[in-house]
Amino acid sequence: MPEGGTYFGQYVTIGIFALVGVVLVLGTLQLAKLVAPNVPDTDKYTTYESGIDPIGSGWAQSNVRYYIFALLFVVFDVEAVFLFPWAIVFERFGTQAFVEMVIFIGILAIALLYAAKKKVLEWQ
Amino acid sequence: MVDTWQLVVFWALFAMMGVSALRVVTSSNVVHAALYLVVTLMGAAALYVLLLAEFVAWVQVLVYVGAIIVLMLFGLMLTRAPIGKGMFDNDQRLVAAVTAGALFGVTTWIIVDAFEGQKITLSKATGIRAESIGDVIFSSFVLPFEVISMLLLAALIGAVVIARRD
Repeated sequence: MPEGGTYFGQYVTIGIFALVGVVLVLGTLQLAKLVAPNVPDTDKYTTYESGIDPIGSGWAQSNVRYYIFALLFVVFDVEAVFLFPWAIVFERFGTQAFVEMVIFIGILAIALLYAAKKKVLEWQ
Repeated sequence: MVDTWQLVVFWALFAMMGVSALRVVTSSNVVHAALYLVVTLMGAAALYVLLLAEFVAWVQVLVYVGAIIVLMLFGLMLTRAPIGKGMFDNDQRLVAAVTAGALFGVTTWIIVDAFEGQKITLSKATGIRAESIGDVIFSSFVLPFEVISMLLLAALIGAVVIARRD
């Protein structure tokens, strides 16, 4: 880790970039609001200004099979998090760390195999 | 070595997290509540950065902001959650307040009991680095580490059982 000063200095840079990003979005929106002519019309607020009017609510129940993909993402996200410290200490721990990670990924591979076997990864 | 500006950043984060955490429980739209939770969790990540725990901060961003919120939003989309005003308010506010208060009290008491009077000086040596985490995971905590993969396996198999068609 870099020393205190440069460590926070790097995050100040990130903060400045984030601030510029926020100002850029809000600034252009405000600028558009100032410059653009304001002629309100109810037709302009419909979902499709020139098209078929939408029926019912936009809030629909989605298919439960999407949840599998969300959960797969979470599982392998957590796995990826463990890969970072592993990659750093790998050189010092050698075979031991390698075997430990192979077991870890192997158990998760069983889950992926099971999901593939049950055909939930295919979209029918 | 706590500088004034560190305190300023801390209190700014404190205000941001406090407001967004309040909005999580008072917002009448559950999707907005989930998005306010993103702000709260990002604030927590920024606090970790402030405590020199850079690795923990990015894990917070990756897992909580990235994955858990996605899971929550998918959960909301699956349950056809009502998004009207007050649709999911109920008369259990007192019980909820007592539970939350008790939880806060117990947690505060445990932390005060464990660290009372201790001054933890932040330096690059005490900051929690990915390397020190890797050191303990792959030497003293190998079994819990492998158990985590079993937990993830169980979660995935459970989801597959719920979602499959046959």
